[in-house]
Amino acid sequence: MPNYAVIAWIVGLPLAGFVALGLLGRRYFRGMSGVIGTLVVSISTGLSLWTAYRYFAACLVNGHCGAQVVSLKADWLSFGRGLSINMSVIVDPISVMMIVVVGLVSLMVHVFSLGYMRGEERYGTYYAFLGLFTASMLGLVLSGNLLETYIFWELVGCSSFLLIGYYYDRPTAVAAAKKAFIVTRFADLGFLVGILILSFQAKTLDFQGLIAALLDPRLPHTTFLGVSLLSWGLALVFVGGAGKSAMFPLHIWLPDAMEGPTPVSALIHAATMVVAGVYLVARLFVLYAADPAVLQIVLYAGVFSALLAAIIACTQTDIKRVLAYSTMSQIGYMMFALGAYGYTASMYHLFTHAFFKALLFLCAGVIIHQVHSNEMKDMGGLRKVMPLTHGCFLVACLAISGIPPFSGFFSKEEILLAAWHANKFVYGMGLFTSGLTAFYMFRLYFSVFWSRPAEGHAHRIPVVESVPLVILALGAAFAGFVPFSRLMGAGGVAEAGGGPGAGWAAEVGGAFSRMAIAPVALALVGIALAAYLYRRESDRPAKVAAALGGLYRWAYHKFYVDEIYLFITRKIIFNLIGRPAAWIDRNIVDGMINLLAAVTARIATAIKGFQSGKVQDYALYFFAGIAGLAVLFIYIYT
Amino acid sequence: MSQVPLNHILIVSTALFFIGMYGLLTRRNLITMLMSVELILNSVNINFVAFNKYLYPEKLEGVFFTLFIIGIAAAEAAVAIAIIINLYRNFRSIDVETTDEMKF
Amino acid sequence: MSAAAVTFYILSSFILVTGVLAVTSRKIFRSAIWLLFSLTGIAGLYFWLQMEFIAAVQVVVYVGGIVVLIIFSIFLTQQSGKDLPAPVRGRSVLAGLAACAGFILTCVLLRQYAFRRSGAASGTLGGGGGLSVGSGGGASVSNIGEQLLSTSEHGYVLPFEVISILLLAAMIGCIVIAIKVKPEEK
Repeated sequence: MPNYAVIAWIVGLPLAGFVALGLLGRRYFRGMSGVIGTLVVSISTGLSLWTAYRYFAACLVNGHCGAQVVSLKADWLSFGRGLSINMSVIVDPISVMMIVVVGLVSLMVHVFSLGYMRGEERYGTYYAFLGLFTASMLGLVLSGNLLETYIFWELVGCSSFLLIGYYYDRPTAVAAAKKAFIVTRFADLGFLVGILILSFQAKTLDFQGLIAALLDPRLPHTTFLGVSLLSWGLALVFVGGAGKSAMFPLHIWLPDAMEGPTPVSALIHAATMVVAGVYLVARLFVLYAADPAVLQIVLYAGVFSALLAAIIACTQTDIKRVLAYSTMSQIGYMMFALGAYGYTASMYHLFTHAFFKALLFLCAGVIIHQVHSNEMKDMGGLRKVMPLTHGCFLVACLAISGIPPFSGFFSKEEILLAAWHANKFVYGMGLFTSGLTAFYMFRLYFSVFWSRPAEGHAHRIPVVESVPLVILALGAAFAGFVPFSRLMGAGGVAEAGGGPGAGWAAEVGGAFSRMAIAPVALALVGIALAAYLYRRESDRPAKVAAALGGLYRWAYHKFYVDEIYLFITRKIIFNLIGRPAAWIDRNIVDGMINLLAAVTARIATAIKGFQSGKVQDYALYFFAGIAGLAVLFIYIYT
Repeated sequence: MSQVPLNHILIVSTALFFIGMYGLLTRRNLITMLMSVELILNSVNINFVAFNKYLYPEKLEGVFFTLFIIGIAAAEAAVAIAIIINLYRNFRSIDVETTDEMKF
Repeated sequence: MSAAAVTFYILSSFILVTGVLAVTSRKIFRSAIWLLFSLTGIAGLYFWLQMEFIAAVQVVVYVGGIVVLIIFSIFLTQQSGKDLPAPVRGRSVLAGLAACAGFILTCVLLRQYAFRRSGAASGTLGGGGGLSVGSGGGASVSNIGEQLLSTSEHGYVLPFEVISILLLAAMIGCIVIAIKVKPEEK
């Protein structure tokens, strides 16, 4: 079993970069911060690729993939008598895949930001935060136990907060950062309770031990309100994951998070952090597969979020918002894939989604810099002005719509295949959503690059911005040819669900071609519709919107979910809970302390009189004391 | 002398002591306080002399104690009067109730 | 009851009554005079106890010195004809209680203790006319003087010298404390 001690460097280097840039970046490095940050992450990514090579090469040679290796164990907190918390690193197919994805996308974002964020006042701080995020995300995917995951989970949330609120002089950015943090923190409450329940039952926190203990048939079946404790734990952990992955109804923070710089959106809110929830469920997939009820929740939450987000994305006019809802929709796909026992499919979609979503966001960044606005109405006819961006954006849109032979086609088909085997209704919804996905993505594409007459000559973008775009475009195009299911392992976790999971690899060949027709056809219909409505500027979209009437209005206002939340917060929580709590704090808690102080002061004033300054009073006390002592010693102590 | 037991003399001196103590605690004038102190000292003198007379008739220690106490009492009264005069000069009053600057 | 006993009781009641008057009198001059009487009574008590020297010293130093000093200071510091302010009500009650309590405690203790005479004295105190040792001869001026200035084991020459230093110090102290600093006349 090869030694994976190099992993310490993979996580440690970006962290060291964060510390160095955070402390010294403002004064000493300044303009060099970008280069330093990029260098550090590139070394880390190089090490990740090397680790992936070693791991997968070994397993391809063996013929048997899917092995889990636990390395770098360290005793962290020991509470004595068998209760201790260890830190460890787990190396298995999904964690290695994730470090490759995170490393690559982070590196691309670092390089892109060299050009995009140049001239920013807090340049060094930006790269420091990016380094922190990278280190935290890498740590999260490599964690070997549940509590360690939680620690890195919170670190990732903190980095996200720092980066969303990067432009802290903008009130909208500050509000968005707060919202993101509060909503995810609120979900993390569920996560923490879930951790406590699961670890209490299993008496351990390490993933391998946890899963083994909880699947043990000798485990006592305790129930709470009729539902087994295991289900409660898993459901609560899913709540935490849903918060981070923006599942309905905890999705409200993701669109607002677009206030951060665009490369940040590319890295965090598209490719890496938001998939942390999916990753968590995948990590515990063996347990989820053993509990069909909770898995149903995962399934329906995922598919509903996907559909809802797709509908809303059709009406939005801010380019980044469209992409945000698109992200939410795709993550919904990953979630419901897991819910349909499609472990490999979900992870595959995670892999390909990272490429094309990051690419979409980086292209959006270039467009925004060109047009100096986020709104689609300010864009149009840009295909002559930015040909490279145009090409990359088109590749990404084709990939996300699931058009062969791009990567998105393969991963989406696997998901729909899993859904077909699990639940036909969910399959139908997934199919409809993929059509909508094609429609709104190409709506965006046509509005930005066609719509108006294309004029002007090509505008050069700096090399540091174009190279990442090209690399990501290559990934989005060709990632479909990676032999994913072989690398994930035919046995092990991928088949743990039993039933539909098993024997798929064989079915992929045959049923694939049959099942693939419907989604591709629907996607082409969506593209055609988008072209019809948006290729040339016309009033057709307005007429359609008017025809749809109420539905359009509701979708445009994001189904008023934000307003509902505000209502609940202001009217119910603030008035019913906040105000009385404040009253109790002011009057009772503070009142008790004030009372204590007042009583003390009054006693002090009363005692003060003893020091009257009059000699005869003192003499009297003196004499009384002597008399008392005399009586004491003569009569009581003899 | 033989008909009066020692205890009676001691009771007299004790009474005088506590009369002096009462005066010390009650009187508002510094000079009257000094007078009470003299009463206390005298009661102690009576004690010494009585003990010497009744219990140790062939020795003279009690007498010497008494002599020294009288001498020291005289010196102390002189110094006290000097202090009282100084205080009177500064405060124009020797009412001990007014000298309470060391209070809280 | 022999004449000695009667004399004693009269003397002691005189002492106590004048003492009480001295501490409770309203007028300060009268208080001084009552003190004078009380001290004289104590001198008389010493005479009754056949300690003539002590009695003489009492009269000379206490009555003739200290009370005169007190009367001088009364003249120096205030109107002697004016009434003294009344004592603070609470404190006088407490002080009275304290004094009574102390007195009762001490009397109880006295009653319980049996004073034993030293072996040299005979059983009763001079049944036949006084002590041959204690009276006249024992506490005579010459005896006192010899022992006061002797350097042998029971000699008191050291305290004698020390008290003379003390008196010197007291004299100097009084002068220093009470001296009036003349203002510069330049």
